[in-house]
Amino acid sequence: MSNGAAGARHGLGPRLQVRALTKRFPGVLANDGVDFAVAPGEIHALLGENGAGKSTLVRMIYGVLHPDEGEIRWDGRVVRIEDPRAARRLGIGMVFQHFSLFEAMSVLENVALGMDDPGGMAALARRVSEVSASYGLALDPSRGVHTLSVGERQRIEIVRCLLQNPKLLIMDEPTSVLTPQEVERLFETLRKLAREGCSILYISHKLEEIKVLCDRATILRDGRVVAECNPATETKGSLARLMIGAELKTAKRRAGHDPGVDQGSVRLAVEGLDLAAEEIHGVNLKNISFSVRAGELFGIAGVAGNGQKELELALSGERRAKVAEAVRIDGHKAGHLNTRARRHLGLGCVPEGRRGHGAVPAMSLVENVILSGYDRMKLLSSIFIKDGEARRFAKRVVETFDVRAPGTGVSAGSLSGGNLQKFIVGREILQSPGVLIVSQPTWGVDAGAAAAIHQAMADLAADGAAVVIISQDLDELLQITDRLAVIGLGVLSAPLVTSQVSVEKIGLLMGGVHGTAPGSDRSSGSDRHAV
Amino acid sequence: MPFRPGMSFRIEQRREMFRGLLYLSPVLAVAMTVLTGFVLFAAMGHDPVLALYHFGISPLLSLYGVSELLVKAAPLIMIGVGLAVGFRANVWNIGAEGQLTCGAIAAGVVALAFWEQEGVWVLPLMCLAGAFGGMAYAAIPAFLKTRFDVNEILTSLMLTYVATLFLGTLVYGPLKDPAGFNFPQSRMFTESALLPIVLAGTRLHFGAIIALMIAVAVWVLMTFTIIGFQIRVLGQAPAAARYAGFHRKRLIWTCLLMSGGFAGLAGTFEIAGPIGQLIPSITPGYGFTAIIVAFLGRLHPLGIVLSGLVVALSYIGGENAQVEVGLPQAVTGVFQGLLLFFLLASDFLVRYRIRLVGAVAG
Repeated sequence: MSNGAAGARHGLGPRLQVRALTKRFPGVLANDGVDFAVAPGEIHALLGENGAGKSTLVRMIYGVLHPDEGEIRWDGRVVRIEDPRAARRLGIGMVFQHFSLFEAMSVLENVALGMDDPGGMAALARRVSEVSASYGLALDPSRGVHTLSVGERQRIEIVRCLLQNPKLLIMDEPTSVLTPQEVERLFETLRKLAREGCSILYISHKLEEIKVLCDRATILRDGRVVAECNPATETKGSLARLMIGAELKTAKRRAGHDPGVDQGSVRLAVEGLDLAAEEIHGVNLKNISFSVRAGELFGIAGVAGNGQKELELALSGERRAKVAEAVRIDGHKAGHLNTRARRHLGLGCVPEGRRGHGAVPAMSLVENVILSGYDRMKLLSSIFIKDGEARRFAKRVVETFDVRAPGTGVSAGSLSGGNLQKFIVGREILQSPGVLIVSQPTWGVDAGAAAAIHQAMADLAADGAAVVIISQDLDELLQITDRLAVIGLGVLSAPLVTSQVSVEKIGLLMGGVHGTAPGSDRSSGSDRHAV
Repeated sequence: MPFRPGMSFRIEQRREMFRGLLYLSPVLAVAMTVLTGFVLFAAMGHDPVLALYHFGISPLLSLYGVSELLVKAAPLIMIGVGLAVGFRANVWNIGAEGQLTCGAIAAGVVALAFWEQEGVWVLPLMCLAGAFGGMAYAAIPAFLKTRFDVNEILTSLMLTYVATLFLGTLVYGPLKDPAGFNFPQSRMFTESALLPIVLAGTRLHFGAIIALMIAVAVWVLMTFTIIGFQIRVLGQAPAAARYAGFHRKRLIWTCLLMSGGFAGLAGTFEIAGPIGQLIPSITPGYGFTAIIVAFLGRLHPLGIVLSGLVVALSYIGGENAQVEVGLPQAVTGVFQGLLLFFLLASDFLVRYRIRLVGAVAG
């Protein structure tokens, strides 16, 4: 014990060690005897699918949750971390996936609000500037948070942690909201921190970045540690196998599909679409134009908060355009129509929000198929709901899309994220839409369900539908789309042919650099898929 | 864990909620109300068993008592059912009392306009006018909400007092009985403007049957039709309602007009039934009490039939206890208040728990 403590002081023993940590929730064993250790100056990855127990584990380390069994050792000493404040006092900082920032306040005020002992504001402003300069985290302390991009907001959270001189920094899925360039910059900051001796616990399910960034990886599956490895020497395939316990499937485009030859008719045409934001800090859509042909998977990339939400609503009909010609479905003017009328024309939509938008959590799966299918699936006779028909349709969705649910009578809210998404996607696809809009199809969805959703969208396109996928996950879009465009500050770039595009180029577009996109000089690419 | 200095209470959401308990909590609330009444009566120096007997049991032992219970329950059920539809959609009409009053005024004007005239059409015309009066009065908050996004809780509540004062103005003025020795009341309605009595020798009128029919009709509407579905979706997930293509404004109008219409009809039945004329005060707070009835009945039309009967007992029990044991009339209000308090508390405790947490180290 005393040896261990002495060793830790000299940077030999682990800074954080977790032994046989167990956490139970009613009906779930979230963490089952988890062991792992992080050395000083090490960047350690916690890799696992959604629901593998990563978040529960780090919440116990940060004092948000308390373990049922097991122990946490800090510099060799057993500690009880009562709450986050106690964790911070030990030197543990955490940057959450969802930021807790006040939009209406300045950067400095937000930093001060998150600290236990902020001290004087002038001194704090100086320290913020110092820290942000020395780690390359450009931040103006006096700016209002609502004017900042998501990447800049994340910097506030990181700076707030760094001001407390942490010995361990926990980062929960930090790159899901960043452009490739911002990711690179974040990695440089993290590497510099590690060189100075700060340990970093990096949570992610993105295999590529773990390979690039991390020294070691602990892989969790179903609440248990299944492997520990050096990610640099593993392949993406081997990491995925460890993570999901099975081969990673990728969507197969049906035989005969050749984007170079397929010349379907235009099913969705958007032209000069303008839309003012609903909320104060929302994004205005400016002159959006693109078209999608039958059989095509069209991607819309971009950093979160650049107009994706508004575009989704404008396409689904939840918000209407000023001119009817702005949106055409199979040639019919639809810009002025609401969702119901657009569904009549063959539009389907899977919104970004599942709980409370694409589905009503407290209602049963049967009621949730009525939500979007009442018209197209003929579930009504005058004003009465045809309960039997609705039941049959719900059953068909559950069976066809392998939704794991004890029956169609259970509430949508009781389904896991991946199952609920399969249900919503299935509900829309089984209505045979001519045009399908899908926003963040696999966000927070496990790899198995993600593969199934990708396959379903590819099959729908192969059957002649036009599919628009709005996603922040660039890898996903590069993997499954035929063409893609980038949205930045409410402006959509010219479409690019996915197979010919480089990540760097898209990264620049995502950062807001518009104009001479490689696709624009080949803008005839919108009617020819050159391969 | 014993309480020590530095410890605090924390409210946490229960991870597993037993939905069945939500249906049990009205029963629990009634039981707690009776228990508190027991303690309260004892503290006031009354024999609690006797007081509770006269409050809750003896009114039910005579046919007349039961008929009075139904007379009081009818407006509560009718209004409660209408309000519950709106509450399901997150449309908070708190002004049923005012809509009831307006409906009564409209129906009363019809009754007085055809005073001493024979005709089976007078009563249906009064019902139409009453329902329409309630709807028209609920249309004001509906318009303000859908047009300017004004909170309907405030507008509907404040308009209640306007309606009550307007009724006063009328019965002190233009509608005053010319042969009424200057009392603030209208002429007594004549035969064709009065509801038929269902049970001879009592005041039980046809309105009680209509109330039951309304509850069943609304149950069918909410359970089996797309309109009820739309209302439920709007209340639970407004974004999903828009996604589905439901018209939010149209649904808000529907909810307010429906609850206003039922309240207006309830007002009509009061003046065409037990009261028989327009007087300054035509309701002992039915419009407000119906809010308690709606929640006690779990916003379910058939549950509201039951809760309407339970709450109606607090009215006749209060009167009876006043006569038999000399309890103050305020007992009725106290019991209604206790009931709502315990109902909200047990609903809350079904969803959350209160945990004692240890002192924060340092």
